[in-house]
Amino acid sequence: MADITAEHAAVKPEPQSRARFSLAPFASYLQALPLAIVLGVFLLLPIATIVMVSFWDYDSIRIIPDFMLLNYEETLLSWVTWKTYLNTLKYTLIVWALTLFIGFWVAYFLAFHVRSVGMQMMLFLICTVPFLTSNIIRMISWIPFLGRNGLINSTLINMGVIDAPLEFLLFSDFAVVLAMVHLYTLFMVVPIFNTLMRIDRALIEAARDAGANAFQILTNVIIPLAKPGIAIGTIFVVTLTMGDFITVRFMSGGQSASVGLMIANQISVLQYPAAAANAVVLLGVVLLIVAGILRVVNIRKEL
Amino acid sequence: MEGERRGLGFWVLAIFFAVFVLFLYGPLTTIFILSFQGPDGGLTFPMNGVSLRWFRNLFETQAVGDFGGAFTRSFVLGLMVMGTTVFVSLLAGMAFRRPFWGAGPLFYTAIASLIVPSILVSLGIGLLFQVTGFRPAWYSSAFGAHLTWALPFGLLIMFAVFNRFNPSYEEAARDLGASPWQTFRHVLLPLILPSLIGVGLFGFTLSYDEFARTLMTSGSFNTLPLEIYGMTTNVTTPVLYALGTVTTGFSLLIIVLALGAIYLSQRARRRAG
Repeated sequence: MADITAEHAAVKPEPQSRARFSLAPFASYLQALPLAIVLGVFLLLPIATIVMVSFWDYDSIRIIPDFMLLNYEETLLSWVTWKTYLNTLKYTLIVWALTLFIGFWVAYFLAFHVRSVGMQMMLFLICTVPFLTSNIIRMISWIPFLGRNGLINSTLINMGVIDAPLEFLLFSDFAVVLAMVHLYTLFMVVPIFNTLMRIDRALIEAARDAGANAFQILTNVIIPLAKPGIAIGTIFVVTLTMGDFITVRFMSGGQSASVGLMIANQISVLQYPAAAANAVVLLGVVLLIVAGILRVVNIRKEL
Repeated sequence: MEGERRGLGFWVLAIFFAVFVLFLYGPLTTIFILSFQGPDGGLTFPMNGVSLRWFRNLFETQAVGDFGGAFTRSFVLGLMVMGTTVFVSLLAGMAFRRPFWGAGPLFYTAIASLIVPSILVSLGIGLLFQVTGFRPAWYSSAFGAHLTWALPFGLLIMFAVFNRFNPSYEEAARDLGASPWQTFRHVLLPLILPSLIGVGLFGFTLSYDEFARTLMTSGSFNTLPLEIYGMTTNVTTPVLYALGTVTTGFSLLIIVLALGAIYLSQRARRRAG
């Protein structure tokens, strides 16, 4: 997630190629073409299809080309939708706050307290590896901990803290949030670590020489400079949580609702146009949130 | 910080970090242990003896569905996504080194690909195939869906690489009369090879583990994560954990192989330089 952006990357001028005929003027286009094709066919076209189908009609077995607003009316005028959005926002807010707190301090420790580069790389790698393993299995792996006869309940009972197993551990909002924090904290750690590593250590020395204490250095130097990383992490965590359906379904045992899950359920009963209208609304909300974050924090320098 | 004695802050954060690592790896370790559960053991502790029964169970098709087939599909799909991600993000990374018309919108579309909720990609590609009359399959629609997730990551890695890349190596090669292809093949490629292996690792593992984007796009045959998810609803024996151990072990093997390859290519580069 490091130093990107077209303008940024484009600053270094290439010397003009020689006079003989070459593909050079077209080279960039040829090189960018595969990416453009993949994104066009598998991202833009599908989203356009969703928008189109969201105006279509449907019955129990097929979808029928049409132009009607009924799907949107049904989505937006339903009490269930609003309640579901509220619940999803609740998850998002809690998960965001937790991942930000954990992610920031983990990144802070790696960036400022680990002194050797080799150790830093190794600890960073240790944090990254779970990201490259299956989310489903990482969710399943909570069963032995949280289950009715799981580690937590049996330990508490053995210690005499509780008499009967706690029911809220697995298949509850608690489990959903726990699993999401487990799955998504890394998306905070990496971008924040990246910005912290680029803070000029002389700034911190200067602040200290000017008489700032550790807390003042944190709030006046480090956090302001870490904002772009925090914003990128926030965008990742918020969009992942807003669209999540599998964690909610699995960890709540089907007892909690989220927007993504609502869409997934509509898909499973083949109400594609309804799911499409719902998806368009979700995309709108997510883009609004991202736009809001970008207004508050300028991440362009970071990209 | 640097050059100072370890204060209280260090120890508090060190413990915090250790707890975080425990939080990341604890659950995985638990199912690893429980997958060796004895024949009469259940999904939770205590261990009822130790056995390999659940691993054997895994390879009897009738017990857990088509594990072998799902694994093969996910493996091949992972390789397809890996190859495509490396190829496409390398080319696009090189394209973005020069300004070109449309660079901005293309870049933002790639970033949007990370932000669009995966259920939308899944639904969108599913609908696109349905409307245009193509049959979704793991090697076509799910392949594209996985690319929308793996490619932007590959691209971001390539951006990071090229931003730190010193163009004077290429200029030197050119001055010595190397053709563009020779410059690419003998100068650029060896220098960025370790990063390309990293891109490949991301491509493979992100596809191999992807669930949400595969849901509506895999067609009539399941990939491994879909198969595993299906099992969670109807399998209540430790065979679930055995499956988790085997697939996670496979992921870890891939990661170790990739890291080994990165290490070797860096060493080769250092020796050559």
